[in-house]
Amino acid sequence: MTGNDEMVPKDPRGTHVGNKDIYGRKITYSWWEPEVQYNWALGPAMSRFLEELKKGSIVGRKCRKCRRILVPPRMFCERCYNPTDEWVKIEDTGTIETFSISYIDSDARKIKDPIFIGVISLDGASPKHGIMHYFGEVKADEIHIGMRVKAVWKHVSERTGAITDIKYFKPLKKGGGKK
Amino acid sequence: MKDVAVIGAGMTVFRRRMLETGKELSFLATKMAMEEAGIEKKDIDMVVMGSAPDAFDGIHMKGENLSDGAAGTGKPYVRVFNGGGTGVFAPIAGWWHVASGAADIALVVCEEKMGSCYPHPQTAFRHIWDPILDRPLNPNLVWLFAMEMNRYMSVYNIKKEDIARVAVKNKRNAVGHPCAQIPDEKITIEDVLNSEVMAWPVQRLDISPPSDGASALIFCSADKVRQFTDDPVFVSGVGWNIDSTMWTNRDLYFPQYVANAAKMAYKMAHINNPRKEIDFAEPYDPFDYKELHHMEGLLLCKKGEAPILTREGVTERDGDMPMCPSGGLMGVGNPIAATMGQKVCELYWQLAGKAGKRQIPGDPRIGVGQAWGDIMQMGTVIVMRRG
Repeated sequence: MTGNDEMVPKDPRGTHVGNKDIYGRKITYSWWEPEVQYNWALGPAMSRFLEELKKGSIVGRKCRKCRRILVPPRMFCERCYNPTDEWVKIEDTGTIETFSISYIDSDARKIKDPIFIGVISLDGASPKHGIMHYFGEVKADEIHIGMRVKAVWKHVSERTGAITDIKYFKPLKKGGGKK
Repeated sequence: MKDVAVIGAGMTVFRRRMLETGKELSFLATKMAMEEAGIEKKDIDMVVMGSAPDAFDGIHMKGENLSDGAAGTGKPYVRVFNGGGTGVFAPIAGWWHVASGAADIALVVCEEKMGSCYPHPQTAFRHIWDPILDRPLNPNLVWLFAMEMNRYMSVYNIKKEDIARVAVKNKRNAVGHPCAQIPDEKITIEDVLNSEVMAWPVQRLDISPPSDGASALIFCSADKVRQFTDDPVFVSGVGWNIDSTMWTNRDLYFPQYVANAAKMAYKMAHINNPRKEIDFAEPYDPFDYKELHHMEGLLLCKKGEAPILTREGVTERDGDMPMCPSGGLMGVGNPIAATMGQKVCELYWQLAGKAGKRQIPGDPRIGVGQAWGDIMQMGTVIVMRRG
């Protein structure tokens, strides 16, 4: 069996329109802006996690069966499929597993000051277990995978019980340590 | 379990925004597949619809909304959905409709309209992040890819130019595709490396575009297929697998869930040595590095070897193991679920010798297609062979 030179699929259909056609009212369209709000009850694991953040501490849950210390905490272990057993205090220091320097916001609009973001595996949790958060007080040519970092907390009066009670993670050593 | 064959495929053009509604796009792709198979709506026993987050179209429960356009009315009809994995998962569902004996002929339609969402489809992606841990940080979905890409690059010490090579190959491959949104015959590695930085290490030309489009595929049980074709293409294996939502609890350098899905599909297809037995693949490539990441997940090479094979030309259309001969998502476009057109319809076109300018030389006999979705956790795999 050999292919011929015909373009396949043959004569695909569909009509391209651009933003200009829309803003220029060249095509008929309708517009809708949904208004909806959500209120999430956070459950025992996340409620305790956020209450502890408000106090300036990070907690995880231990599964005695697989011996993992889970951060973010959950009331059941998805591997062993059993309830987790106890609360464990986790350090607010850790290691950068990966990172990105973002020049776009959540709507994909360009921003001037880049956002440093990444995953931090936290000391006291199981290896590779951690959270996503911002980095600060670090330069683009300093940040690297394996860098040791520490949480910078909001002042206690500003904390609301949210992941953003941590402002960002900063390098443990000034200048970021060895790359 | 019955053997399942493909008897027709269809695909609309893929563009950033299309005039047609989702229903109309579904109709156009479906009609094309029906015309190839030589059948009408009455001949179809069951219909599967694949479409990704409702938030793009802004129509909740859009499976039901799209049913008219997908020839679903008056028939057993179901929508399946696992984010970016849908483009391969919908045909897996179509396969089990026929393999189980429940249907002799099943139609699979995949549709996506991302262009309706303002200010950008990325705005809708905000709603897939964890509301407690992630959303307060105002994330953009590109961050996920950037963090995974950085981890992958760092573990194997991969250079950005070896990743850019994939973007160049796929955009060039797409030149032979009549549906393609951003084919580019002249693009170079420098163009990719010099493009605007979105979220380091991801640059604009590392990313596939958002798109509108639809694709369709018709499956038939093997005992009925001879009335449609003497040269059938069969589904020989399917697999799917999900990892935990807690993506900050694992090393992102290797997609174990894709490997799990691939092993399931290869076992069903009696493939013991995928590197030797599989002739070509359509790994999911929403970003250029993902093709490499998924080549490794599909066990088509050793861990960390995909960039080297790509540099050596092994994955070119005329190479030893062509990757994304369709032009992939990087070149043809990325209307999430509708990428079934590149990941599964293309397997059919290639194996049937119908791929025209994109035809892989040397009569390929076995191909594998794959997609990937949710928060870096879902792998979907399909293996097809010539009869």
